[in-house]
Order: sequence, then C-alpha cells, then structure tokens
Amino acid sequence: MTSSNPNNGGEALVKALEYEGVDVMFGLPGGAILPVYDPILDSSIRHVLVRHEQGAGHMAEGYAHATGKPGVCMVTSGPAATNVVTPLADAMLDSVPMVCITGQVPLAAIGTDAFQECDTTGITMAVTKHNFLVTDAQEIPRIIHEAFHIATTGRPGPVLVDIPKDIVDPTNPKSAMTWYDPDSVPMELPGYRPVMEGDPALIEEAAALIAQAERPVLYVGGGVLKARAAEPLLKLAELLQIPVVTTLMARGAFPDRHELCLGMPGMHGNYTAVTAMQESDLLISLGARFDDRVTGKLDGFAPTAKIIHVDIDPAELGKVRHYNVGIQGDCKLVIEGLIEATEKLGASAQADRSDWRSTVSGWQEKFPLVFEDSLPGDKLKPQFVMEQLRDGNPHDTILCSGVGQHQMHASQFWKFDHPYTWINSGGLGTMGFSIPAAIGAKAGMPDRRVWAVDGDGNFQMTAQELVTATVEDIPIKVALFNNSYLGMVRQWQEMFYDERFSEVHLSDNVPDYVKWAEAMGAVGIRVESPEEVAPAIAKANEIDDRSVVVEFVTDARENVFPMVPAGKTNSELVVDPSQQHLIDGDASDGNAGKGAAS
Amino acid sequence: MNASPSSPRWHTIAVTVENKPGVLARVAGLFSRRGFNIHSLAVAPTENEKFSRITFTVDIEGTPLDQVVKQLDKLINVVDISQLDPDASVERELMLVIVEVGEQRKELMEIVDYYCAYVLNEGDGKVLMSWSARPARLDEFEARLRPFGIIDMQRTGRVALPSLGT
Repeated sequence: MTSSNPNNGGEALVKALEYEGVDVMFGLPGGAILPVYDPILDSSIRHVLVRHEQGAGHMAEGYAHATGKPGVCMVTSGPAATNVVTPLADAMLDSVPMVCITGQVPLAAIGTDAFQECDTTGITMAVTKHNFLVTDAQEIPRIIHEAFHIATTGRPGPVLVDIPKDIVDPTNPKSAMTWYDPDSVPMELPGYRPVMEGDPALIEEAAALIAQAERPVLYVGGGVLKARAAEPLLKLAELLQIPVVTTLMARGAFPDRHELCLGMPGMHGNYTAVTAMQESDLLISLGARFDDRVTGKLDGFAPTAKIIHVDIDPAELGKVRHYNVGIQGDCKLVIEGLIEATEKLGASAQADRSDWRSTVSGWQEKFPLVFEDSLPGDKLKPQFVMEQLRDGNPHDTILCSGVGQHQMHASQFWKFDHPYTWINSGGLGTMGFSIPAAIGAKAGMPDRRVWAVDGDGNFQMTAQELVTATVEDIPIKVALFNNSYLGMVRQWQEMFYDERFSEVHLSDNVPDYVKWAEAMGAVGIRVESPEEVAPAIAKANEIDDRSVVVEFVTDARENVFPMVPAGKTNSELVVDPSQQHLIDGDASDGNAGKGAAS
Repeated sequence: MNASPSSPRWHTIAVTVENKPGVLARVAGLFSRRGFNIHSLAVAPTENEKFSRITFTVDIEGTPLDQVVKQLDKLINVVDISQLDPDASVERELMLVIVEVGEQRKELMEIVDYYCAYVLNEGDGKVLMSWSARPARLDEFEARLRPFGIIDMQRTGRVALPSLGT
C-alpha cells in the first residue's frame, strides 16, 4: 500500500485509486505522468503495462464489461492521450464505466506547445461523460472520487482526469497537499443528479398498456446489463410470457436458450427477432436506444407498435422514436416496478397472446439461421467454425469480439445464456477492440475462460497486445477468422457496389499468423479443413499457461445474412439466399410476415 | 437574410452553470457538433459567484431544440436550464454604437431623445451612444441610426429573466 498519509499529489492520486477499490489498472508511463508511476511501485494495485495506449483503454473497457467495476487506465500526455481517444469514444457510445488518468505538462507550460502537450480535456470533451483538468494537488482525492462517481452512476461512461506534472511531482512545491478521505468531503457536483427510481404512476400506466397488448415484444438493450437487471428481466418475461429480443449490446441479458428468446434484432438480426418487432403492437424498450442498426429506415420501423421506453438517460426518451409511455429510471428498479404492477393487475388482466406466440414460433421454424456445409477442399465456413467454438466451450465462457462479419456471426451463432459473457464494440464499431478487451476481461476474471474472436483486419490493428498478455501472464485464446479480406466492407461492395472490390483485399499469405503468434509468446495453430476445427479448439482449451491464436482460414465469399440493406426498412430484410424463396412464396400467397399475426 | 432575432422561431435559453474554466466550451460544443449556430450569447456570474448564467438565442426549434436542451442537461457542470418564453420573461440587451453625425446632429439628437439613449462620448464628427432595451426595440433603434452611417457597433446579446406576473 502507498503511504497511509500522502503529502504530495502523486502519492495521493495512487492512494485515491486504492481508496476507490481499484485492483487492476492498465497503462504505459511517459514524461508527464512519471511522478505517479513511482508510488505505483508501492501500491496494492496491479498495473498492466500495455504496448499501445489504445490497448490500455480497451483493456479497461473489457475489464469493466466483464466485472461491472469501472475500468482504469493511465497514460502520459500528448500522443498517449490522443491514443486513448478511440477507447474513450468507444466507452462513451457503449456506456462503459471507465476512468482514464492522463499526464499533462506542468501548469505553467500549458498552452505553450510544450513537448508532448495537447489540449487533452478539449480533445476529449465530446467523447467523455465528463473530464477534469486538476490544477491543485489538494483537490486530487475529491476529484478522483467524483470521477468514479460520475463514471459508475446514472448512465455509466468514461471520465478523464488530466493531471499536470507539477502537482504530482514531490520535488515541486505545487504537489504539496494534506491527505483526507475522499468520502469525508462533499462532492462538488451541483449539476449531477441521476434519477434512479421510475415514476410509479408511469410504471402503472406501462403495466396497463402491456396488459392490453396482443403482440408485445421486450426490446432489451445494454442498459439492462448496466443496471444488473438480468434476473428481474427473466422474471418479467416469464410472468408476462412476452418474447424477448436482445440487442448487440444486450446479448446474454436474457438466456438465448430460453424459449421466449428470439435473439438479436437489427441489420444482421435473425428473421424472427426483426419481424416480431416489425409486426408488434407494443415494444417495451428497456435500456435500448433505437439505434439505426436496430430500426433500419426509421419511417418503416415497427409501424403499428406503441412504445414504452425505459431509460436512465432522459435524453434517450423520444430521441429517435416517439413514445407512448416514457420512464426515466434505472432498468432494474423499473423492471421490478413493472413486475409488481403486473402482479397487482392479476393474470386475468393480460390479453390472450397465444396467437402471437404461435406466429412467432412459426417464423422461428421457418427461418432458422442457416449456412451451407463446407465441401471437401473448400475453405472453412465462418458460421461452422463459430458453432464449433460455441459447442467446444462452457456456457459461461466470456466471448470478446472485434468488429465486422465475425462479430455478427458470433452474435448470431453463439448461445449467450449468462449476462456479461459477451463483450464487443457496438456503438463505435472499433476494429481491434477484441484482443485488448479480452485481456482486460481476463485480468478482471482470471478464473474464467476468455476467447477473443477476431478478423484478420482487426487482428492487425491491436495484435501487439498479445505481447502484453504473455509478459503479464494474462493468457487469452484468440479465434482468428482469416478470410484475407476486410470482410464486411467486401460484403457491402459485393452487394451494393456491383462487386467492384476496392481496397478490401488484405493479403492471401502475409502475415504468417502462426509465426506472429509465436513471436509474441503465444501458441499459434492454423486450421484449414473442417475436421481440424474441433480438435484445434480442444487443443487451445488445454493450454492454460500461454495465449493461443487459432487461425481459421475461412471463405471470403461467405456473407452475413440476414441483412437489412442500409436505407431499407426492416420489412425488406434479405435472408440467406437458400431461404429467399420462402419469403417470395409468402408474398405470392398473401401471407408475407405482414399481418400474419392478425 | 436571417429572420429577425425577435421573431418567434428564435429561442432564448438560460443555462445556470458552475463558474469554472471550460464550461462555456462544453455548452457551445453541443451546438457546434450538430451544426447549429448560436445567434447571441451573454455570460456572467449570478448572484452566487459559484455559478454563471449563460443566456443564448438559437435559431432551432422542435425536436432538435428539445434534444439539445436534454443533452445540455446531461453536462455535469450544468445546474439548471430554462427556456424563456418571450411572453413570460423580461429580455434586455445593451448596445454601444458609434454614428457619423456630419450636418445632421439635430436629427440624430431627436432620435436619441425619443429613445432615451445616452450619448457617452463625442468627437471628430462622431457620437458614441449606449442604449439598453428589448432586443426588438434595439433592432428598431439600429435601423433608425443606419442612415446616418454606423461606424461601429457592439450589441451584448440578450439577457433575460422570467417576469413576475403580468
């Protein structure tokens, strides 16, 4: 532990982090933050030394996603601060609680274009929930406490604290301060009052609206996970017997293997999840934000649905879609309120939803997720590999993903039965997220198995953090889907740009991922044929003392279906080519999804 | 030509903020990132020096305005926001203006007297005046001065408070 009574800003900063319960932090030192790295040597906090500051940010995010605790990263000024801008923006869009400490040039040098100076608070203003430039060492304990409070309460998000070097450097008189327990002084946040409790009258109104609904859908977003509300959600869904869709940010908030679960909606959602929302008469949105990737063309989204919108952030209510009942509040508390209000109404108050249930299960039977089998000699189908990966791992495996086709295939084909087992970059769509996020998750949950699924384009952005994993002994497993392309962009060029493939082909033979993995201290395995897939996964799972990279050489022609083309409504969902005749057939007999429930 | 700042689609918003460095940039940033222009802006500490009030007028309405107001409310340093309905608030703006007098000093002084403006300074064939009034009246005053030749002018942007009944 650091000194029990720090008398300078640097020690006080580390002690303040200890005080907040930080056990792991991710970072990389440099000039301006040097004085803070000295007391870290004496601290109880484990510091993970990254290879690039972006990695530190994503590790902090992965840690936060997996543990529910705020992720902490610390870097120096200037280029280090700009390198964490991407993770901050990522955490902002996905509401990830995170505290980022940046070094800054000494107070007197600020604004002089000093070495490694940048306007960190100015640059990060739009990508943080809040940021601070600390100018007085005495304020450090209080401001660190405020930073954690802001990051973790209300709608969680990233908070950055910029620390000029002189106020943490014990050789500088400006660093002098007298320690106090951060809890012993009032926070100075007069404008910050997150509302947790939903309005009981609105909750009753919502319960009454639900009772009348004949074709309701629970539209579950990441807010449910942030509110730790998976348990009451399960109770609510079972009580009402209402089908549930879980957005990309909410996979695992409701068990995929539950009979009421329809899986992921949206641009690459499955037919039933998308169509159930389209045909619904009531969407009960819990901690979701009507993202464009979920709604498709807004004019045509769920045209007959009334909306109950529950969100802790009042700015989300009505932002995209008008609501009939809008409730500001914490999802857990509001869901518990809805359960109570529903029980008060009694079972007889609920509309008959048996037709709706059978319509929905009809869609499920007719439009399962499908893909073609690999023929001998063909490259691997990514969907097949994903299924093998799923079946070769326990249900509580933590799966982290990069961004692109592999991400969508993972969300589609994995079965998430537990909350906090799926970690991905949803809002910002940050390529390269997977490996550092997986390291962060594993650092926070060392006893759990952590797999990163990644694409070859993603891998080349942040693979160097596998060196961190090796040196810091945080072994993860990587399923690298190598199709030699920026696959999702390739898919768009194939579908919407007349197969004119522009700058999407990476390379068929470089880098050598097995050698690269081995150079970083990991085990590298290359898999090219279907019968090798399961044994390779089993072999990777047997290795616990090192990271493992399993490279699956996959078929670049394989696209992600279903797909709602950009600018189209969700009723224009394109299913797998092998199923398209079912939709066309439906259209000819006048039973095309639309109105099927009526 | 923009609509006059006194026309109904202009909205006056008063934001009470913590009196700290960078707060104005946070508020302004919410407008600039959406491509909205702030038409006028006045900032000064309130009766409690821990807080400042930012009063601004913007040429947006409906959903975008509601959205910006909600986003403003999310800023940690923003303590309170009110949208000031022109019919239920008192608005004032101050103008400093330098006008060429030439031969027409008498005509100018008639206007000055009519509007109860102040001549603060005079010399070299020019008059420096100040006047504070409702923004629409300032528009009118400005229009009356224009034929004389306005050399320089600075308006403060409006400040406003809710009125105390009728």
